[in-house]
Amino acid sequence: FRFFTPLEAAVVVALVDTLIPKDDVGPGGVEVGVPIFIDRELAGAYGRGARMYLDGPFGQGTPQQGYQLPLPPADLYRIGIADLNAWCVKTRGGKAFDQLSPADRTAALKAVEAGQAEFAQVPARSFFSILLQNTMEGFFADPMYGGNRNNAVWKMIGFPGAIGMYGDVIEKYRNKRYDVEPKSIQDLS
Amino acid sequence: MATKLKSADIVIVGLGWTGGILAKELADTGLSIVVLERGAPRDTNPDFMYPIIHDELRYAQRHQLMQDVSRETLTFRNNANETALPMRQLGSFLPGEGVGGAGVHWNGVTWRWLPWDHEPLKLTLGSYGRSVIPPDMQLQDWGVSYDELEHYYDKFEYLCGVSGKAGNLRGQKIEGGNVFEGPRQREYPNPPMIQTHAGALFDKAAKSLGYHPFPGPSANMSQPYVNPDGVAFGTCHYCGYCERFGCEVNAKASAHFTVIPLAAQKNNVEMRTNARVMKVNLDTAKTRAESVTYIDAAGREFEQPGDLVVLCAYALGNVHLMLLSGIGKPYNPATGDGVIGRNYAYQIGSGATVFFDEKTWMNPFMGAGALAVNIDDFNTGSFDHAKEGFIGGGGISTPSAGGRPIGFRPVPPGTPAWGTEWKRAVVRHYNHALAINNQGSVMAYRQNYLDLDSTYRDRYGRPLLRMTFDFHANEQKQANFIADICVKIGQAMGAERVVRRASPQRYSIVPYQSTHNTGGAAMGTDPKTSALNRYCQTWDVSNVFVTGACAFPQNAGKNPTGPVGALAYWTADAIKRYLKKPEPLVPV
Repeated sequence: FRFFTPLEAAVVVALVDTLIPKDDVGPGGVEVGVPIFIDRELAGAYGRGARMYLDGPFGQGTPQQGYQLPLPPADLYRIGIADLNAWCVKTRGGKAFDQLSPADRTAALKAVEAGQAEFAQVPARSFFSILLQNTMEGFFADPMYGGNRNNAVWKMIGFPGAIGMYGDVIEKYRNKRYDVEPKSIQDLS
Repeated sequence: MATKLKSADIVIVGLGWTGGILAKELADTGLSIVVLERGAPRDTNPDFMYPIIHDELRYAQRHQLMQDVSRETLTFRNNANETALPMRQLGSFLPGEGVGGAGVHWNGVTWRWLPWDHEPLKLTLGSYGRSVIPPDMQLQDWGVSYDELEHYYDKFEYLCGVSGKAGNLRGQKIEGGNVFEGPRQREYPNPPMIQTHAGALFDKAAKSLGYHPFPGPSANMSQPYVNPDGVAFGTCHYCGYCERFGCEVNAKASAHFTVIPLAAQKNNVEMRTNARVMKVNLDTAKTRAESVTYIDAAGREFEQPGDLVVLCAYALGNVHLMLLSGIGKPYNPATGDGVIGRNYAYQIGSGATVFFDEKTWMNPFMGAGALAVNIDDFNTGSFDHAKEGFIGGGGISTPSAGGRPIGFRPVPPGTPAWGTEWKRAVVRHYNHALAINNQGSVMAYRQNYLDLDSTYRDRYGRPLLRMTFDFHANEQKQANFIADICVKIGQAMGAERVVRRASPQRYSIVPYQSTHNTGGAAMGTDPKTSALNRYCQTWDVSNVFVTGACAFPQNAGKNPTGPVGALAYWTADAIKRYLKKPEPLVPV
């Protein structure tokens, strides 16, 4: 891990495993590399908020005005993970998030998602929102970013990936299944 | 201190569709032209090469080709009682940056707006009288009619190689085309694109209800094309990476490989990239532009004098520059005085999501940005809207623009946002759902406007543009009325489940809706209610012309690039007349 400390990484692995568990439907977020994806994103320009406007003053605003915290994504994660753990310790029998049972993790995340968790520093829902967004990005993005390993997620939903050559088949496969092995950018390069 | 440069005859600010068209058209005059583009130079090769352009994370999520808001953004509030706060990341709309502008990452939907859209006031008064117009609505005519623009629409369609089918050839209505469109002199340059199963379902369902479906006008090439300027286009692969991406085979019309290189090869045209214009400098009477100030990549400041300045930035950028430069009087919503920032409008969305059984295959990844089947039966001027209690309408369509999975994962309402049940629903519905969308018109209102923010500044120390905007009851009625139509069409498709998407309550700057911001520097016939005359020349500073969607006095139920292109050609013709006799083209 480039950005997360070992303790943070353990929490992120537990979070991703809760959001996208390995199950009878298909691969889980952890096995396809989503925590690695999030770590790399946060270690780079995205994590620093390189394309965000981060000048003050900072007001809370309305939901319609969007994100207003003075924190780029990397800082929001660092503080959010600490807040989540502290909240879990306080309300879940003295245990940090990654020490909870799978069922308790799910219950805890549902409370965070619903805005029922009181975080000490950042709004719990702001943390949850970016976590869910990045988890989905890592799960479905090209595998070169660290998630969707072996195109496993694209296989699961039947998305051919980066191929994008359908001029000859679009009519022929109208209302028919188009079953091809997905290809990543690396596969095609 | 700014370094003062050698004067040019014409200075063009911004190098997207309109800057490119103006540079190419005006290059023929032989006058010296300097074009200033705030972003980087770009070309199809290497910037949009296959397969690396097929990267949803980089281009669609991280906005690689779009405006960098760490440098320039705006502040937003729903109404004047709130404190505007900065748009800290892109969301609701995605302005471009760099050569080609937003015309690089557009979908290619290339409409002619309906005749009503150009003269809504005249036609509303004629059909219904003033009583149907809500008191705060600022309904205004363009000052130029559809018939006057027809030639220029044609020119832009042939520049772009639009694939489509005429529905009104010189007054003769043609089934299978858009029978509600204004009369056109000739067919589209290319035949319609290949439809998907989703499009075919829409077509059949709409016909069964007595509506008039037609293939959407698309600047994605249905076949190889060479435009009248001799520029060759590739054929669309239906790759599904159009909106938010550049096209690797030049099958999507863009200024960066058409008008821009044609202008750049002329000896009298100089294009400077990474040249960010800070303001237009006026004389002390504020009636004449003398120069523009810009900053280069290294932060050095330059003053570029010119006899004529043409603002060709994005709609919001043009208004920002006018306000910063003191071109025209800023709009004051309290008194109704002033015109710069007035008539800012957007669009409103609603519709239906339609879920099918697992034997119906949509292959949503096969698509093109502008590939769609549409109806205009409920668009502006096509039906008795006043009877339904509102002014306006919307275009209804089922698009097949490409189902990339970070952004496209339809699931029925009630599905959790994560966990096993979420995953099961994504897998179940990914290939078996479609959308029916309303692109609803939004009229201008007294309370919706643009001005300068008094608190927040951009990286260059300039006040940010401030947007004050919310949806009004008129538009919400329209969006809900059309959502019901969308549901009816969905039900006629024989689907398992049709989910209605109602009108939004308040406008939010967070979720992506459309990069169709309009107004703020409206064109018109009255200097009290418009910033520009009918030739897009500013009323107050006659050597400044302004192009783009900021000139539209209200928004329509159609994508704006067609009229933006047509108006650029119209303005180029007007500027050629102006250059022979530099004075106001319409007496004030």
